[in-house]
Amino acid sequence: MILFLLKGLLRDRSRSLFPLLTVFLGVALTVVLHSWLNGSITSLITSTAHFNTGHLRVMTRAYAKEANQVPNDLALLGIDTLITELRREYPDLLWTPRIKFGGLLDVPDEKGETRAQIPVSGLGIDLFSGNTPEPRILNIRDAIVRGRAPLRRGEMVIGDEGAQKLHLEPGDTATLISSTMNGSMSITNFVVVGTVRFGIVAMDKGTVIADLADVQRALDMENGAGEILGFSRDDLYHEERTNAVAAGFNARHSVPAPDTLSRRSSFAPVMGTFRTESGLSDYLDLAGLYSGIMIGIFVLAMSVVLWNAGLTGSLRRYGEIGIRLAVGENRRHIYLALLVESLMIGFAGSLLGTAFGLAVAWYGQVRGLDSGTIMKGATLMLPTVIRAQITPFTYVIGFIPGMLATFFGTAVSGIGIFKRQTSQLFKELE
Amino acid sequence: MIRPFVLLLCLPLASMMQGPSGDEILMRVDKNMFSEQKIVESRMIIHGQRDTRTVESKSWQRGTNESYTEFLAPAREKGTKMLKLKDMLWEYSASTDRTIMISGHMLRQSVMGSDLSYEDMMEDPHLPNIYSATISSSEVIEGRECWVLDLKAKKEDIAYDHRQAWVDKERYLVLKENLYARSGKLLKTVDVREAMHVHNHWLAKSIIYRDVLKEGDGTEFHIDNITLDAEIPDYLFSKASLRR
Repeated sequence: MILFLLKGLLRDRSRSLFPLLTVFLGVALTVVLHSWLNGSITSLITSTAHFNTGHLRVMTRAYAKEANQVPNDLALLGIDTLITELRREYPDLLWTPRIKFGGLLDVPDEKGETRAQIPVSGLGIDLFSGNTPEPRILNIRDAIVRGRAPLRRGEMVIGDEGAQKLHLEPGDTATLISSTMNGSMSITNFVVVGTVRFGIVAMDKGTVIADLADVQRALDMENGAGEILGFSRDDLYHEERTNAVAAGFNARHSVPAPDTLSRRSSFAPVMGTFRTESGLSDYLDLAGLYSGIMIGIFVLAMSVVLWNAGLTGSLRRYGEIGIRLAVGENRRHIYLALLVESLMIGFAGSLLGTAFGLAVAWYGQVRGLDSGTIMKGATLMLPTVIRAQITPFTYVIGFIPGMLATFFGTAVSGIGIFKRQTSQLFKELE
Repeated sequence: MIRPFVLLLCLPLASMMQGPSGDEILMRVDKNMFSEQKIVESRMIIHGQRDTRTVESKSWQRGTNESYTEFLAPAREKGTKMLKLKDMLWEYSASTDRTIMISGHMLRQSVMGSDLSYEDMMEDPHLPNIYSATISSSEVIEGRECWVLDLKAKKEDIAYDHRQAWVDKERYLVLKENLYARSGKLLKTVDVREAMHVHNHWLAKSIIYRDVLKEGDGTEFHIDNITLDAEIPDYLFSKASLRR
């Protein structure tokens, strides 16, 4: 019977082409939309975690309160001990210290006078120790535009836009003017060995990156760091795991009630998760909710269209069904045949739509969409190239609604078969 | 006929009995504190949130527009020099051999992490030039009779729009000051802990500065040695001297 119905669908295109096209387009659009939304949210999470908060972040309590202002006077000290503890207690995570700082990058002329100067935001990261995950996390080598990554102490890389403003070439010396953790003015020379572009507007304007030890020396922060970041080894944000790690760490380093207001307790370490530290908690909730609503509305609209297609199909086939009833075909049999046909159309349309949607999404995942021009001046840690992301869910997000919508559309419209009176059939068909 | 003359004679006497005005007191404070050339060796003991640091320096000052300071300790700051010429300020870093002009928002930064800012150093030390004063009351500070002066900035671009100053009635030395922003917010307090008498001038020997917007227990400023009207060579007040 299935083969018979399939032949019927193939031979009578007017019966299958429109529903098939509708399912195909709806499913393809759902797949593409889902993968783009997914990709942009994941890009935001990944870049914010890599460049800003990690999946977990350890700071002093005082630093945590003003973390946006990067108060290095409140930084962690004695970080070697703390990192050893973190690596021992949570070996499934990668732990790395960082110092963020602000300042001016000053380029001297031949007389040593200021030739050019720009404000910079800097990162001191572990570049040289044997097991450092930083070059991989920040992907520095791939971000190099000119020159190379730092290989020795006293070297730094700078955002390519900033380098162009300062007319800096790899090999030039620049002076970093900043504040030590004691509040003194810090003046330190670095050799700029390369320029970088991360594809994140906020990073590419005026970021400088140097080795942690150099920044510690410049800012008088011996064995200190503003933050220790934790990353999961698969680079994905596992909310339950990070929550559990943060809760365990904070319980172990909790300050007894009478001491909570003491100055010493302000420098006790505290751990925050990506969700709390990134300031994106509400955004992520909203983004998840909105993408769910958008996909839901889209699927619903597609279902209505397909249902309507089923209705029109049934109406168009009003005469055919009447003849089939008149020649004695069972109502249930006709209804079942229509349902099987709808499943076939739904399956074929969903399969083709998913395949086409995945192909577009794959292209978007590999090439991305460059939104650099519309993101000028943006301070979000959002990459300028937004890419789609295909997840296992992308494979079924369009397929199942595509199948179900045609099925339910036909199921509802097909009920009319049971309302037809055999005695009235010839009159209806006249 | 005689009565009007008596009245006229009595008027100046009455004003003398009233005592000096706020502006007159400020002039006398300025006269007491100011000397044309001086060399000062000092220590700043900075009580930060986590530790206490001592910064030693030697300054050569000529008039109000020229000042040259060399930091002597701690080791990290040794060799750092600062030069003020009129309204310009440079800092020289020995470790990088760079001379950086301090301007704009950098002037608001703390000097060596203390409770003093570069802006404080750039302020015209002649208070009558930038403030008008009125007497608000009299108080006793550390056993010394003081006038309490309200100082209001004459110009708009002054770091502290309003000051309260407690002036020793006998020595014309400011013993305490509260420095306010234009909004009325208290920014800094200054307390003189010890005074010294040098060449007919009463000067503060030990002062505590507190930036109330900063955590920490303030900065003690101690003058260890001061030479007034000293001979200072001209070359010291040039940018070339920073790299010497």
